[in-house]
Amino acid sequence: MTDRTSAETLNRRRFLGAASLAGAGAALSAIPALAGETAKSEALITDVQDWQRYLGDGVDKHPYGVPSKFEKNVIRRDVPWLTASAESSVNFTPLHDLDGIITPSGLCFERHHGGVAEINPADHRLMINGLVDKPLVFTMDDIKRMPRVNKVYFLECAANSGMEWRGSQLNGCQFTHGMIHNVMYTGVPLKVLLDEAGLKPNAKWLMLEGADSAGMNRSLPIEKALNDVMIAFAMNGEALRPEQGYPLRAVIPGWEGNLWVKWLRRIEAGDQPWQTREETSKYTDLLADGNSRKHTFVMDAKSVVTNPSPQAPLKHKGRNVLSGLAWSGRGTVKRVDVSMDGGRNWQTARIDGPTFDKSVVRFYVDFDWNGQELMIQSRAIDSTGYVQPSKDELRKVRGVNSIYHNNGIQTWLVHSGGETENVEIG
Amino acid sequence: MSKSANALTLALAALLLGGMSAPGSTQQMANSDVTKLAAKLGLGRAATADEIAAWDTDVRPDGRGLPVGKGTVKQGDDLFQEKCASCHGEFGQGVGRWPVLAGGAGTLKADRPDKTVGSFWPDLSTVFDYIKRAMPYGNAQSLTNDEVYALTAYILSMNDIVKDETFELNDKNFTSIKMPNAAAFFEDDRETSEKQFWNKNPCMKDCRPAPKVTGRAMAIDVTPDGKSGPKVE
Ligand code: HEC
Repeated sequence: MTDRTSAETLNRRRFLGAASLAGAGAALSAIPALAGETAKSEALITDVQDWQRYLGDGVDKHPYGVPSKFEKNVIRRDVPWLTASAESSVNFTPLHDLDGIITPSGLCFERHHGGVAEINPADHRLMINGLVDKPLVFTMDDIKRMPRVNKVYFLECAANSGMEWRGSQLNGCQFTHGMIHNVMYTGVPLKVLLDEAGLKPNAKWLMLEGADSAGMNRSLPIEKALNDVMIAFAMNGEALRPEQGYPLRAVIPGWEGNLWVKWLRRIEAGDQPWQTREETSKYTDLLADGNSRKHTFVMDAKSVVTNPSPQAPLKHKGRNVLSGLAWSGRGTVKRVDVSMDGGRNWQTARIDGPTFDKSVVRFYVDFDWNGQELMIQSRAIDSTGYVQPSKDELRKVRGVNSIYHNNGIQTWLVHSGGETENVEIG
Repeated sequence: MSKSANALTLALAALLLGGMSAPGSTQQMANSDVTKLAAKLGLGRAATADEIAAWDTDVRPDGRGLPVGKGTVKQGDDLFQEKCASCHGEFGQGVGRWPVLAGGAGTLKADRPDKTVGSFWPDLSTVFDYIKRAMPYGNAQSLTNDEVYALTAYILSMNDIVKDETFELNDKNFTSIKMPNAAAFFEDDRETSEKQFWNKNPCMKDCRPAPKVTGRAMAIDVTPDGKSGPKVE
């Protein structure tokens, strides 16, 4: 970044002075003296601290490393009133506590329909049957002898933000937007497996089926299956976590999370969709006129500012980093715009880190805040030219009862004390 | 192979050189590069007929996959009270927050639609397929085919789709049953019905009048305490 001009620095000092005179609000921390001004010495520096004097833990205290004890609050959280039982429920990724584009495996949100299946990989089998020349059974060892690929993809539940159709409900981006994660998968292109069995020419759809107690099943069009679908056994460099489908899951880039069948045990080829419970009763989008869209597989472009947000208020006047995530199931994110005034004026955010196909991107706006009220929004623009719509624009087309695919623009209201809340604006 | 490996190196180099706008997607190799390597690996073994029969229980709207079997509304009622009513209620009305299975006819345009098997589901095959694989919750795949026919018949009767207690559902008459909301589903049309969201010049300045807050999550107050989580040791 370029150095600030002296005029800007001056302005900033004047503003800081005014802010401290005004008391700055209890939520804001004391403003430290700028370099060059007289400051009080901190005991943290002048006194020798315990961790400086005494030996710390040796190696192997944690053969599998865990986060610092000071990060205890960085956890998945659920919304208990949402569901009747924890085995068919969901929890949410703490987006406000994360940075970069990769979600740590243990923080990836969970959604199960019959609890987490516990499967010894030696006991796991994948069957391919239906319209194929030769129905086959594979072991995990077989699958690990096939050519592999590594890809970074987001997985978003189609019900992410689903509680917000009628207006602001949940106060935190963990809850409004936390049904998404973004990890690197290692696995085999599905086409490799299908070629082994030999698809019959009339095979137009596949049914993917899980080995869990929900027997999760979904129909998948064959074009998608042959294009970029993969069967993954690893995430972020290690075996899948049990709650993410260990030992084997489907990866369906850019498409709704429910299709990414976990604990994958069977793939059947057929000539039409199966109309399973998860693609009829659920994951269809009821519109205001009583009709429902089906096969709404693609996740539209979407973004959210993760900091500041209700769980991560602004703590300092002066310099701040606004940060967020953007993604699109139709391709790459080309641009992210941010508004501080509820969508009246927009500026283009800085995307930092890699921009992969059907992966989230991280964006930032580095800004000075003088304690004025902000209405923060972000909008993603993808490689197809799709611009993330406002919630009202979406409601105009879809009504408020579709549950799924709410990719409307989120508004956070930042109060003068830094507290931030989820609001609806009109 | 080496070509793609080169592409990978180049893409990485572009990123390392600070090309913030580097088309990073080239880092993700096309699957086709790898599938070319794979033609007939000779991995896996033939699935046996018994194995396929054990796992392939799915049923399609055209009746494909339906096992031979039968069950009446009356038999289904008895089974339902024994194995299902504790969660779904005697008449499928749902106990507490457990799913509702009946009712809701005519509510799909209402402010609060009631989506049930009767009011919403387009195909009867889904009921059979789902109960067979996933219910009763916590004891999946414990029902015989005749039991699933009977339970499906009872769910039809709770939803007034069949009216006669002596009605028997079987593999022969199954596909003759039509669901009330079957015609209400259509293929994803977002690319046409939402064309306006593809916009070459999104507004950047003075895009709208000053916004006013019209709703607040905090006023509804249903958010779990997001600052402290469950105790972690
Ligand atoms: C212990 C509670 C419980 C019992 C007992 C139970 N169910 Fe369920 N049922 C559930 C839950 C939970 C779901 C939703 C699962 C999910 O989220 O995927 C469900 C879903 C269903 C659905 C789909 C509902 C929808 O709208 O999508 C049907 C149909 C159903 N059950 C039928 C039955 C039948 C028939 C029985 C008895 C053989 C039964 N259930 C026993 C808990 C139960």
